[in-house]
Amino acid sequence: MGLHRGRGFAAINYPIGMNLGGDPSQALVHSNPDGKFTVALSSIDLGQGMKSVTRQIAAETLGVPVADVYVDTADSDTGPHCMGSFASRGTHRVGNAVIQAAQEARAVMLEAAAEELEVDAADLVTDGRGNIHVNGAPSRSITTMAACQAAQFKQGRTVSGRGIFLIPLSEVDPETGEMTPVSCFAHAALLVEVEVDDETGEVAVRDMQSAYELGRALNPKLVEQQLVGGAWMGMSHALWETTEPYYPDRSHGPVDFNHYLMPGPGDVAPHHISVLERPAPDGPFGGKGPGEMCANPVLPAVANAVYDAVGVRIDELPITPEKILRGIRANGGAKPRRRLAAGAA
Amino acid sequence: MIEFRKEFFADERDDNLNEIGKPTRRQDILGHVTGRSPFFDDHLFDGLLHIRCVRSPHHHARIRRIDTAEAQAMPGVVRVLTGRDVPRNLNTLLSLLDFGIDDEPLLADSKVAYKGEPVAAIIAETEAQARAAVTKVRVDWEVRPHVLDVEEAIRPGAPVVCEVYKTNKFIYHGKYDHQKMRYGDVEAAFARADHIVEGRYQMSPIEQAPIETCGAIAAPETNDRYVCYTSTQALFFSLGTAAKVLTTPSNRFHFIGGTVGGGFGGKVDSVHEPIAILGAMLTGRPCKFAWDREEEMQVGAPRGAERWYIKDGVARDGRILARKFTGYFDSGAYTRLSSYAIIKSVGHLPGPYTIPNVHADVYCVYTNRTPATAMRGFGITGVDFAIEAHMDKVAEAVAMNPIDLRILNAYRDGDMKAHRREAKNCALIECCQVVADKAGIALQAASRAASSLRDGGGERGRLPAHTALDQHGVVTGIDTGGYARKTGAQGRPARHIEMPGYTMPTAASAGRAPAQSPARPGAASTAASPSTATEPPRPAPADGGNRRQGAMRFSAISGLRRR
Repeated sequence: MGLHRGRGFAAINYPIGMNLGGDPSQALVHSNPDGKFTVALSSIDLGQGMKSVTRQIAAETLGVPVADVYVDTADSDTGPHCMGSFASRGTHRVGNAVIQAAQEARAVMLEAAAEELEVDAADLVTDGRGNIHVNGAPSRSITTMAACQAAQFKQGRTVSGRGIFLIPLSEVDPETGEMTPVSCFAHAALLVEVEVDDETGEVAVRDMQSAYELGRALNPKLVEQQLVGGAWMGMSHALWETTEPYYPDRSHGPVDFNHYLMPGPGDVAPHHISVLERPAPDGPFGGKGPGEMCANPVLPAVANAVYDAVGVRIDELPITPEKILRGIRANGGAKPRRRLAAGAA
Repeated sequence: MIEFRKEFFADERDDNLNEIGKPTRRQDILGHVTGRSPFFDDHLFDGLLHIRCVRSPHHHARIRRIDTAEAQAMPGVVRVLTGRDVPRNLNTLLSLLDFGIDDEPLLADSKVAYKGEPVAAIIAETEAQARAAVTKVRVDWEVRPHVLDVEEAIRPGAPVVCEVYKTNKFIYHGKYDHQKMRYGDVEAAFARADHIVEGRYQMSPIEQAPIETCGAIAAPETNDRYVCYTSTQALFFSLGTAAKVLTTPSNRFHFIGGTVGGGFGGKVDSVHEPIAILGAMLTGRPCKFAWDREEEMQVGAPRGAERWYIKDGVARDGRILARKFTGYFDSGAYTRLSSYAIIKSVGHLPGPYTIPNVHADVYCVYTNRTPATAMRGFGITGVDFAIEAHMDKVAEAVAMNPIDLRILNAYRDGDMKAHRREAKNCALIECCQVVADKAGIALQAASRAASSLRDGGGERGRLPAHTALDQHGVVTGIDTGGYARKTGAQGRPARHIEMPGYTMPTAASAGRAPAQSPARPGAASTAASPSTATEPPRPAPADGGNRRQGAMRFSAISGLRRR
């Protein structure tokens, strides 16, 4: 009788964006006369960082500092159409729309600068710090602010742009399921270590080692918050959460956070994350979207780790102490497997 | 702890960018951490009214009569809404994309199909007064038998949950009572496999659990418009739904949102907005409709439960030769997004592995419980649990290290996937290798040397020479309306391979069936036929060259155009 350690592994991929496509999003970008830009969207910031990632994408594309860009989103009178923030589509779909809009605005800004500098716009580059100069001749320069002022007050140009991103809708064959579900995939592998108490059936997650491949990490801090939070949610799904504890019976449904169980701070395990970045050919700067997929490998990895620890397969979530104890009893005791011990081949 | 392994795929990236890749602080973080960011619930107008719903105590019941007189006379009550007050009291979210039939009332008026279904809404001066009046609405119920288990619900004679789908199964493409995937011939491969590994997996229903519960505040604006502050995850879905069910032009609504206290999928298909706006329309005053925590957890749509059966045929060396799925999504009482999740799920099968024979039958099943909706990993999380728990059993059956087994079967660039498109941009193998290395697990030499960039394609990139097709679950007697497409797929198959008994549809073959009389999905009946390897009748497309046009869009998926 006692505590048994076990390790479990899982690997997954995840489709980015609304299944089958057909989910457009638009962006509008414009500058005020000081060369400060506003990105108008109708996407939703749920806490995932929608405003921030689109702000960085706009700044990178425009060639201006991120401080010169603000994102205004989700006012139906001013923001253009967006399908919404779900299906890991925000970064990929909206990001691409922002790039297109920002490219159009940038082109006008460079035309205005070219007229002031009396050069060809094709010879101009931005330094990302608020200056536009002739490629190879940094002294022949104008600030983005001066270019935008000239556009507004001297030249009568609108430094603005429109963008849309749409993956055309794929159909589905009723006979074979042939379809083009999405255009890019993120990936993950995760190994979890648990400790199972064979007297109480309780499971403690002790450690997580993961590798997530999510295209280019557009903002590494936003990626980190997603992966840390998502793995917590996966662990919670595996071991704690359900609205119907005796599914399909509807009794004993929780109605508040006292009864809807989730891991607290003391239950959270160290999580050692490695991020791999294989750029998506059609993603904004190669970005995919880490939002949803990061929870998925944790659920099966925990189930596999419980089996490794005590030899009980729990194929019905959540993996409660009751199910584990019944399984141990049915097996005539804990039967550790140890198939993923360090050094084992 | 996080590390960025820049050495992987380095030649596919330019890492010298100005803003991309920088850990820039969030634009909205100061507002969030100082508690000043405005959420929908920060727009508490003077004179704000509060809406609370009267809900069914039964899993399934007919409504004989709703008596609101006593509630109407309660202190502070301004108005009581029932289904008759909703201009168009039947909806399904994806009707906005022409996917699926309207099947769900905003306020039930003839029957309820789950415990907690709303039948009336009290509008009162305070929330407490609204709650008090809720208890005074008298409903004359005629309780009916109910069904809660997906496999019981699809047996003959089970109670009919949703009147639109009499067999308790969603109808796909106007043709089958489930979504199929057929790739190769699993039965033939099972016959030559060294091991058969079978499993049954059950994903539980789960609450999205945002800190901010779902809600909206609507108020009359000048010039005959209405402003609506909302927690929606999809501003134009919500605006479009409100315009539809209130039969009002969309530009008379001014929706404001964008700063939301967590969503995780539970705020994609809300109907708080139209109910709050309806309250504002009928009272001329600002109205708030928001769930409390109990509603969020028990009548707010959860991640739906899924039941999966998997059967694998495996060679002695660990190669998976065939994988067969039977899946049941528990949609609850109405469709919401489950029918669509299943197509996403089927497109995901058999997971990130190259398996030459794949077969799936996945059912969207109606039961007498809270309807399911989107949640993080929608359509994927449940089946990934099943697949990866199953992979562990396969590894044991062939006595392999579970990570070696994944790498052996992993998909690589150039492989053909079961949905008949080429795999690109793969990275599963590298993720497995990094984790094994960090965890000190010694892999086989072949696993260490493997790469997503190498050894894919070729034979692995070809479509199966033969695919076993069948008409199992075909629906007869259904009249699917004007835009149902009953023949093969449109698409851009990666390769055209002639197969005996099966001809790949060409890119321009997305023909439309001729227009027919209005949809009568209730007339559906199913005929189960044994699986055969012969070609089913495949009528020629009605018009080979025509592209889709106008607003049909997703109609080809459901086979049931919005009515």
